Amino acid sequence: MRPSVVKAQPTDVLKDASMIKQKQMMAEHYERLSSAPETDAKVASTFVPGNLNELLMCFDLVNNLPEVNAIQSGLRKQSGQYIMEAERAGHSEDVCTYVKSDIGMMMKGNIGPNGKKLPDPDVLLLSYTGCFTFLKWFELLREQYKCPTIFLQTPYMADGKVTPNMIQYMVKQLKEDVIPTLEQVSGVKFDIDRLREYLKKSAQAEDDLVYILQTGKNKPSPIDAYFGGIYYIGPIFGAFRGTDDAIDYYRFLREEVDQRMLKGLGPVTPDGPMDEEKYRLVVEGPPNYTSFRQFWKMFYEEGATVVASSYTKVGGTYDYGFRHDPDRPLESLAEYCLGVYTNRSLPMRIDMLTDYINEYEADGLLINSIKSCNSFSAGQLLIMREVEKRTGKPAAFIETDLVDPRYFSAANVKNRLESYFQMVEQKRSGKGAAA
Amino acid sequence: MKTYVGIDLGSTTTKAVLLDEEEKVLGRGITNSRSNYETACSVATEEAKVDARFTLFRREFGASGTLSDQVEEFLGALERSFRLEQFLEQLADLEETCTRLVRGERFEKIGDGVKAALAEVFKRLRGEAPAMFAPGAERKSDFFRDIAGSRYLAVAEEVGREAGVGYDVLLNVYDKSIIAVENRPPSGSLNAKFTKALERVTSDGAGMGAELANKAKNALDIELEESFLVGTGYGRVTLPFSKEHIRSEILCHGLGAHMMYPATRTVLDIGGQDTKGIQVDPSGIVENFQMNDRCAAGCGRYLGYIADEMNMGLHELGPLAMKSGKPARINSTCTVFAGAELRDRLALGEKREDILAGLHRAIILRAVSILSRSGGVADQMTFTGGVAKNEAAVRELKKLIVENYGDVTININPDSIYTGALGGAEFARRAAEGRVEGVEA
Repeated sequence: MRPSVVKAQPTDVLKDASMIKQKQMMAEHYERLSSAPETDAKVASTFVPGNLNELLMCFDLVNNLPEVNAIQSGLRKQSGQYIMEAERAGHSEDVCTYVKSDIGMMMKGNIGPNGKKLPDPDVLLLSYTGCFTFLKWFELLREQYKCPTIFLQTPYMADGKVTPNMIQYMVKQLKEDVIPTLEQVSGVKFDIDRLREYLKKSAQAEDDLVYILQTGKNKPSPIDAYFGGIYYIGPIFGAFRGTDDAIDYYRFLREEVDQRMLKGLGPVTPDGPMDEEKYRLVVEGPPNYTSFRQFWKMFYEEGATVVASSYTKVGGTYDYGFRHDPDRPLESLAEYCLGVYTNRSLPMRIDMLTDYINEYEADGLLINSIKSCNSFSAGQLLIMREVEKRTGKPAAFIETDLVDPRYFSAANVKNRLESYFQMVEQKRSGKGAAA
Repeated sequence: MKTYVGIDLGSTTTKAVLLDEEEKVLGRGITNSRSNYETACSVATEEAKVDARFTLFRREFGASGTLSDQVEEFLGALERSFRLEQFLEQLADLEETCTRLVRGERFEKIGDGVKAALAEVFKRLRGEAPAMFAPGAERKSDFFRDIAGSRYLAVAEEVGREAGVGYDVLLNVYDKSIIAVENRPPSGSLNAKFTKALERVTSDGAGMGAELANKAKNALDIELEESFLVGTGYGRVTLPFSKEHIRSEILCHGLGAHMMYPATRTVLDIGGQDTKGIQVDPSGIVENFQMNDRCAAGCGRYLGYIADEMNMGLHELGPLAMKSGKPARINSTCTVFAGAELRDRLALGEKREDILAGLHRAIILRAVSILSRSGGVADQMTFTGGVAKNEAAVRELKKLIVENYGDVTININPDSIYTGALGGAEFARRAAEGRVEGVEA
């Protein structure tokens, strides 16, 4: 989920403590992964939505996230060649580009962002089933690595609520399947108190994350909750939930955001602080990673800040109140998996985006529809119409891709965005009837 | 008087519209976009100003109640005379450019001969020019390149033979010069050309319109002050327009369509490289839009490609397709595949008109899908862009709209190609009034 190994910044740009901290955390994490064969550390591959980092830590397993690797490849302009490699091997043009980037990377030696080989996983843990392609992805990985695979089935929230049955069903799987297999793979006995300890730390960092994301309600917003938000969600969504590092990171970040808010400043962009907030947007859908900077620039150059986004909820909808709970350890893990954004039904997504537009006083909704992600894209036009109808605010629809550079047409995207911003402006100031 | 300029820099043509303070169209101008938007922009603007002069002449004449036949005759003569002036000016530029190129090693021995031949060629071209702009004379094109080019080639062959100068040398000098001349922004004062043209008309036409000429001179005295300019279209970013002078073509098309037909709620624009579906509110403000993304399938260029493949003119496609009794069923709207699809079907013995009718239906199907994604079709709908001129496309559109949305009025304006520029000009007018919409001043 997180582009932490950021391109080198100009030396005169002062880095915030949180940015330095995050960079260091990521570097250490990839070092832990690539040195696993020497340190004899066991590795688990798993996905971001619904990942069970605290549980994996109970077994001293190092958490490897193929999605994050694909994002890193996208940001580092490597994904294009990986995708073509996978297509040469027979994967169709329509397949999720995260998958193809990952497969292509494996075929090219599985070299991680630190230039070292990523380790083969000892276990595959699939705890999110909202995306069918993810299942297939793990089947491919199992084929490759021939290692134990754990499949924790998460019921889809079709009726818009979590029932006690759903939780029982998941806890049963955790007890009878997930935990015993992890014990077997790692050789470490499960200790529920250790889990409670981690969950307590998770909740602490989660409080700060929610605080930070909700500062988007301020005018101007001190954060960009989409492009900046991708950095902010990194530690919680990835391999750091439940660690002291994450607590420190969010503490630093919260202080920085508070400072900016006190001074009435807007978000920090790659080109420095943003001047004036002209447009406040809510964005639905993942960003494009191969042209991330260029994409972001199309927003901040026009004075557009994203005040809230759904993508920053794919690893947990904490702003709706959920916290990992040390008093109900397994139950809260189950609730966590159930509640992630992509496991929510269309009506729930519509409610959420409508709430965001109202609560964050946004000018409208922008949907970035992902060409190769059916799971996110299905129903988005319907979502758009409904949110428009309920809020009376204008919406727009653009199309790009996650990590396939061939599907980012800068001129087209810029054209749509400029039209949208002008449309917002026209609606807002205009109402000036044409004679 | 104050005027407001809207310029639409499209991928194929560049359009300009001049509005007056009452939101009335003064003039329209169009030119090919070339690969030089700056020149295209100034040519289109100048053409709009020329057109505006004629509007002003009419207004001036209208006030006096002169017989309309006489007015039309006078204005026709004036226009021909003015076009002649324009032509002669560009011809002089071409001659100078050609002559300037005759230098260096290559021309050491033959230079004088070539120069003499060029002088003769241009003398003859100047000599035959008035006939080309005489009443009833037919010109294949209004672009200088087309008119001057074909005559130059013919005359140069003649002169070269007589003077013993190689035709290829004369051709080569011309080829190098015409691009430079074409890409040079128009120079010289419009009023000077009009004055000359007026003089010619009054001296030629035995006593005709001395009174009208005086009135025209009054109209010429009205200064066309360019108060504000708004640019739109693909070329807008390459021009040195500052931000407050740029509007998105979606907003411009929405507003332009509203101005042409105030009851417009849905706009379909099929242009050279994109297709837009736009929904507007009762005052022309854009509510929603969809465009083709990442793929230009089903855009105007598709028809251009088909025309090339069939060795036909773009304007001939529609009439041929109209002859079809049994349209072929074609699903692919991929421009790149179109050629293969076409050849395949011709090989199977299908009729050209049936294939063409099928192709027209295919692009309209794609356009209707974009429309539905933009929110559907509401009464009234206005169809704009180059493809709106194609009767076969219009027929398919009407059919599909009735099938899917029932009885909807579909407006197609003869000047629909100017829709974006018209919206731009109105934005310019509002911006000058201090009513800034769609952009931060």
